[in-house]
Amino acid sequence: MTAMAHTSMQTDPNPAIVSLKGISKTFSNGTVALNNMSLDIRQGEFVSLLGPSGCGKSTALRIVTGLTGPTSGRVEWPQETAGATEHELSFVFQEPTLMPWATVFANVWLPLRLKGISQRQAHDSVMEALEMVSLAEFAKSYPRELSGGMKMRVSIARALVTKPKLLLMDEPFAALDEITRFKLNNDLLHLWETFGWTVVFVTHSVFESVYLSDRIVVMAARPGRVVNDMAIDAPYPRDESFRTSAVYSGFCRDVSQALHAAMDAGDDM
Amino acid sequence: MTVALSDKADPAKTSYAAPIDAAPLDEEELKRARAARIESIGRWVVPLAILVLSVWLWDRICIWNEIPHYILPRPGLVFETLLIDWPILWVALLNTLKITFGALFIATAGGLGLAVLFTQSKWIEISFFPFAVILQVTPIIAIAPLILIYVDSLTASLLICAWIVAFFPILSNTVLGLNSADHNLRNLFQLYGASRWQTLRYLRLPAAMPYFLGGLKIAGGLSLIGAIVAEFVAGSAGSGSGLANQILEASYRLNMPRMFAALLMISVTGILIFLTMNLLSHLLLRKWHESALKREV
Repeated sequence: MTAMAHTSMQTDPNPAIVSLKGISKTFSNGTVALNNMSLDIRQGEFVSLLGPSGCGKSTALRIVTGLTGPTSGRVEWPQETAGATEHELSFVFQEPTLMPWATVFANVWLPLRLKGISQRQAHDSVMEALEMVSLAEFAKSYPRELSGGMKMRVSIARALVTKPKLLLMDEPFAALDEITRFKLNNDLLHLWETFGWTVVFVTHSVFESVYLSDRIVVMAARPGRVVNDMAIDAPYPRDESFRTSAVYSGFCRDVSQALHAAMDAGDDM
Repeated sequence: MTVALSDKADPAKTSYAAPIDAAPLDEEELKRARAARIESIGRWVVPLAILVLSVWLWDRICIWNEIPHYILPRPGLVFETLLIDWPILWVALLNTLKITFGALFIATAGGLGLAVLFTQSKWIEISFFPFAVILQVTPIIAIAPLILIYVDSLTASLLICAWIVAFFPILSNTVLGLNSADHNLRNLFQLYGASRWQTLRYLRLPAAMPYFLGGLKIAGGLSLIGAIVAEFVAGSAGSGSGLANQILEASYRLNMPRMFAALLMISVTGILIFLTMNLLSHLLLRKWHESALKREV
């Protein structure tokens, strides 16, 4: 991570990769999903957006991708030249969202295929991405032949195949059982440490967010807004021993309190 | 034992590792194997036996009630007529098939093309969908005489009639299919900057495939019905006349056995079309779609 900071042109050792500036979003039915949200995501961070349902955390993520536009405010990409329409980001949905008619290989190839890269040219990148999630031997399988956790790993491989700078994940492991979720948590952390991307991770689990992130942004609902921005400065690499440590429980307690405060604040509105 | 274990670890082999040819181990397993065998044979034998029984009953009813052959011919006579009249009926069948498959082809191309067009532009859909509905809800037998008057070529008018009947299920099913692509996948395509054509080619058309094939199954039967109905309305004999004309002509002469023979050929053609469509659908979907997967019981 420090190596990356040095190569950066910015004077700030940890420059923002994307900035939300006073974002508000009101849906057509009048619901205020986000109210004046400002947030800097700095390069190399693992940020979790944590909050009760309806706090607009998924909406914030969709606004970053550009799939949804904000009602007011703007999204800035300080490191990109002005006017760039495509950002080097990938998105992982809560569902695996694979094409059932295509093999695992073809599913992971999709982002490259859409950029006009042929199957032969893409082969190495696709296999490399599948290798990262240990699914290389399943390249020719169809999604229906895989378990839920494996499908999610294919989905992650598809997000990684473009080598994005920013990885956005919308409750990616919420539908999985605990054993699989722990394993994928470890895999994800390992990949993040190895490749030094920036990750924004939406979750409603205190324990998951503390385990993974070095920064947790706590949000409250009605209207959706940021109420707390907490650093989790436990060292990486983290593993199962961290999950059972006193430091970990300490952070979990603090974050839980912050979350409860956020929920109470939401109820008052 | 070690071999069996390593087999289990290999994901490619597990699905084929069912012990079909392994020697049965106990009474229980033997019983299950026997039940499976009976089931697989019975699947064919029972419906076939029922069919043979009903034909036999048809024959007996003719005998018991002394029904004359110009009212209800015995199955043997129908079969005999089929052989004797084969040259006439075969030519008629070919003519009917020409209309049926011609109409099915145009209906498929037209239905698919219109469906793609409809989903590309909301305004095209809003403007033209009512016409498709009007064509669909107006009974073909009521429009056919008009078409026969306006269109000079008999073949062309028969094709138009059969096409009108057959194309709507393909159109409506494909429109439904093209619109039912997963929303998250659509977002993903948008995120990666997919063009309209790429989204159609890689997402919406594959997603529409099961719906399209469902429409094609219905259209296959309907194009045969459309062809027969159009022939009935046209009613002309002579060159280019199909099976319906044979039935009409035979009915004027009270040639019951030939009517039944022609009817039998129409039914068999319909069944063959249905089976072909089923096979096509299975081949295209067997790898991924729920409808084509074998469930483990």
